[in-house]
Amino acid sequence: MESELLDLSHKVRSDIIELAFRCEGPAHLGGALSIVEILSTLFGGIMRHDPLNALWEERDRFILSKGHGVLAYYAVLHRSGYFSREILETFKKNGSDLIAHPVMNLSLGIESSNGSLGHGLSMSVGVAWALKQKRSFSKVFTLIGDGECDEGSIWEAAMSASRFKLDNLTAIIDCNGFQSDGRISEDNSLEYLRDKWTSHGWKVATVSGNDISNLLTIFRQTDFNESDGLPRVILAKTKKGHGISFMQDNNAWHHNRLTESFYEKARSEIAGE
Amino acid sequence: MRLLVSSLRVDENSIKNWSKLGPRATYGVTMLELIAENPKVVVTTADLGNSSGLDRLKKSFPERLVNVGIAEQNMIGVSAGIAKEGFTVFASSFAPFISMRACEQLRMNLGYMKLDVKAVAIGSGLSMNFLGNSHFGLEDVSIVRSIPNIQILSPSDCTEVVKVVLASSASGQPSYIRLTGAPGSDIVNSSDYEFNIGKNIEFFSGSDVTILATGSMVSQAIRVAEELSQKGVSAGVVNCHTLRPFDAAHLIEVCQRTAKLVTVEEHFYSGGLGTEVLEILNSRRVNIPVLRIGISHDYDLSGEYKFLLEFHGLTYERILEQIKEFLHTKT
Repeated sequence: MESELLDLSHKVRSDIIELAFRCEGPAHLGGALSIVEILSTLFGGIMRHDPLNALWEERDRFILSKGHGVLAYYAVLHRSGYFSREILETFKKNGSDLIAHPVMNLSLGIESSNGSLGHGLSMSVGVAWALKQKRSFSKVFTLIGDGECDEGSIWEAAMSASRFKLDNLTAIIDCNGFQSDGRISEDNSLEYLRDKWTSHGWKVATVSGNDISNLLTIFRQTDFNESDGLPRVILAKTKKGHGISFMQDNNAWHHNRLTESFYEKARSEIAGE
Repeated sequence: MRLLVSSLRVDENSIKNWSKLGPRATYGVTMLELIAENPKVVVTTADLGNSSGLDRLKKSFPERLVNVGIAEQNMIGVSAGIAKEGFTVFASSFAPFISMRACEQLRMNLGYMKLDVKAVAIGSGLSMNFLGNSHFGLEDVSIVRSIPNIQILSPSDCTEVVKVVLASSASGQPSYIRLTGAPGSDIVNSSDYEFNIGKNIEFFSGSDVTILATGSMVSQAIRVAEELSQKGVSAGVVNCHTLRPFDAAHLIEVCQRTAKLVTVEEHFYSGGLGTEVLEILNSRRVNIPVLRIGISHDYDLSGEYKFLLEFHGLTYERILEQIKEFLHTKT
């Protein structure tokens, strides 16, 4: 399993670089590269879903609250079998379904429209509540940025998730340490986030978010995932731009154009040359 | 099309009773019946369940009432998530909170994703009296009107609150339901009638002037028209209960048989019904004098509801004065 997921993450990372280069314009690279392992682990090893039956009622739901992470999202959906390479390569082409923020399209596996930060957790709380109401065993996963935790609506949603005892909801925070204007503020550092989520009634775990084995362990850990009436959050310590040396921890690649020379460099790094 | 659920009979008694209860409590009564009949209906609130007339529903169907706490943005987001799973969700709060505090949530979830959420604005217009401008619904139509894909429904009396809630539920469309008026407000619809979203209801046809009114102002418009008729003025009245999608075809047709138009709304005079009408006339190249009557564009006094309507020229006497002056104006 682990080697398959590693292979998937490798392909997803490679797709991200291809798409960013082919779109011939700026793209959110750093925050897509940081979540490759999280998405690969979820879609490749944890979530119950069926790309051939995208609207399967019993599927687990995934909501990308940090909507600018689309490059990784589209790539993992494509690699999972939701849509063809041809569709994937329409990224940022005029009129495409695949633009710089997700647009709800259930047949493509895209659960919700995002882009404006701070919306995904409220929707996830609603979905999780509704699934419980329907006596469904499906689970809800949502991926949030650490910078996104600046949004007050995240904390409104956080409070309600514990109030409604949504133990079918798992939030993953991509703690890559940066936001648009630079390093995240101290109050969104891992330590503070741990305290904040705990005080909001969530079960909190901290993992190395670019490490598939670490991610698999926490997603499978029985006592963390048991139905005990508590929502859970995984603080995934990642590196922005992970996997490409010159992008890693370099916020210049938050939203930037991949020129040909940088593209070649990134490609050769991924190929292990 | 009559959409009333079996237990909500429209008869003389229920019409009187709903009017006595007022729009908010009528909303609550309607939801109680709707939720009992339709297992797909869920109600959300941001700590204003009692203010929305939902106290009985809370006791009878606690598992179908979601109170997110004082967090309107979260209320709309959570409602959208529930709607995404196939439920019809009614979310209520005071007009400014639901239309402004949660504005972007309305845009993303109801407008962009077209999820089946009904945002119910209680106490819109001036009915929050001494609670002041922080609680008045003065701009809500203009704000929500600017977001595509949201039906805007503005019932003329409590019976129409029942009709609007049930029609909105049956429509499966995202909606903004704007409740104006107060307990004891005038009865506009004194017997059962045909109600369809997007179809104006014309009470009288008038060749001299036609008053287009919405919400609480429909009853005032009817009294004005009756008064004018007695003085030999042919005055028509149209109940514009649906502000989006607006019944443009009917408006254009009215313009062919009336000399002047007046719009009346318990909302800033700019941005709501009057503006909608002007925009339609402009895009259809219809040239007709229009007087817009509404609240002047400022945050003004607080006081008893009746006092405020009087102050803003929204009682039938004041509306009548303004229309008489308009009729005497050469155009």
